[in-house]
Amino acid sequence: MTLKKLAVTFVLGSMALVTVGATSVLAQSHVNSPDPALGTPNVATEESHIGALTGHAASGKGLYRRYCIGCHGQDGNGEGMNAAWIDPKPRDFTEATFKCRSTPTGTLPTDEDLYNAVTRGFVTTNMPSWTALTPQQRADLVAFVKTWSPRWTNGKSGTPLNIPPETAITIESILHGRELFQKLECWKCHGPAGHGDGPSAITLTDDKGNPIRPYDFSSGSRFMCGVTNRDLYRIFMTGLDGSPMPSFADVVQPNDAWDLVHFLRTLQPFKTQETNLWMAYKASHGSTLKPIGPDAAPGAQ
Amino acid sequence: MRSRYFMALAVAVLLSSGMLMFATPPAGSGSISGKVTYTGTPPKMKPIDMSKEPSCAKQHATPVLTENVATGSGSALQWVVVYISGGDQGSSTPSQAVRYDQKGCQYLPHVLPMQVAQQLQIYNDDQTSHNIHPLSKVNPEWNKSQPPGSPPIDTKYDKPEFVPVKCNIHPWMHGYFVVLNTSHYAVSGEDGSFDIKGLPPGKYTLAAWQEQYPAQSQEVTITGSETKTVNFVFKVLPY
Repeated sequence: MTLKKLAVTFVLGSMALVTVGATSVLAQSHVNSPDPALGTPNVATEESHIGALTGHAASGKGLYRRYCIGCHGQDGNGEGMNAAWIDPKPRDFTEATFKCRSTPTGTLPTDEDLYNAVTRGFVTTNMPSWTALTPQQRADLVAFVKTWSPRWTNGKSGTPLNIPPETAITIESILHGRELFQKLECWKCHGPAGHGDGPSAITLTDDKGNPIRPYDFSSGSRFMCGVTNRDLYRIFMTGLDGSPMPSFADVVQPNDAWDLVHFLRTLQPFKTQETNLWMAYKASHGSTLKPIGPDAAPGAQ
Repeated sequence: MRSRYFMALAVAVLLSSGMLMFATPPAGSGSISGKVTYTGTPPKMKPIDMSKEPSCAKQHATPVLTENVATGSGSALQWVVVYISGGDQGSSTPSQAVRYDQKGCQYLPHVLPMQVAQQLQIYNDDQTSHNIHPLSKVNPEWNKSQPPGSPPIDTKYDKPEFVPVKCNIHPWMHGYFVVLNTSHYAVSGEDGSFDIKGLPPGKYTLAAWQEQYPAQSQEVTITGSETKTVNFVFKVLPY
């Protein structure tokens, strides 16, 4: 009798447990159910401002749960359920360190930078483009993402880098850019021909210690932070925080930066004004070009 | 006449400056000194292959060793930061900057202590580009390229933190910025010794930080201007 009673209690008990479990799973998958555990107290007040749009974290919360939580996690630390199978890893919002910024290294990005990242997605990673969401929804998500780190409440975004108008694309500009590619030792990671195979490439890790590859210009893939010459300028001048890519803003003058942009374009397998000029020059002057790489490095014998 | 007048003036100035010195005595005259040692077998520090950077390799007659567990004779443990973590925090941020060098593809010093908000100047003395990448978590993380001949990077940290520093171009380069709330600190030397001076009487928590092993602390009471001897022993493993 007692045994039977126990057995019944056990069965009933496990049924109850299963029900509770199922309910909580259902609750999690429900789009806008209130969940005080998600996000920080700032959810009520945090805003984003993108042009005329104002995003509200409170509205972004439900969207985050629906679209972002799987990878970025319920604590915003990039440890969602899918994260273990993803490389590169989802962004950890609690650190407030972002790759694609218009602002100097070590500073917070602008709301617009985050909005552009959500809109564009990150090519060659698992982060898709979120143009399926309305601009308002994306703005709301940006506001919500900012609740994960106290840096957003205590500090403000950096001042965006001033990018002067692009200089003329000439062979002189390309050749000078090539000199800079050697002198600034871009080739140490990106390789002498921009294949992402420089001597240090194999050793690179991100700030969490995960292996990371330098961009391979010959792949023809888009850049992670945009596609235009201005985007390219911004990428190396501000650096990709959290990755090995440093900022060159303190050491490269604007005109030189444009020269470097023009040279970098020649490393890509596209028909551009830069590649056309470069191919013609190589055909006539190829033999006079000093190779890029360790042989031309200072101190080499 | 005139020279005598100047003499008198000079004497007066000397006297008053002397009185000023008396009027503001040093914060304290107690001190803590001691030695940091290890027990167990320390890991072998490996020679660094700098052949990929000839301009650095030729600066070293013998290969440089890694420094994460730097030992000396008598079981001495080097590069341990000993600092006051509880009690009088000493003087506020000094106006003098601390200097960090990238030389021969090494960080000099390997461990650089500083105070919160103290100016930090980072130099590249090499003929090669470095990127200096302090992996801070509490403070904002940044990463800057510093080609040869660039001016020093001027920066500071606003919060206390132990910040690992690396150069992504030369992956063997490792160092630490140790940002402290206190002005009472010292780094153990090659012989493991350290010396913290200028402590006012009081109760202190003395902490010892080493980059690879768990931190330690001890309670120390300073009375008057005594010198207390405090030693730390780190248990090390060969791997």
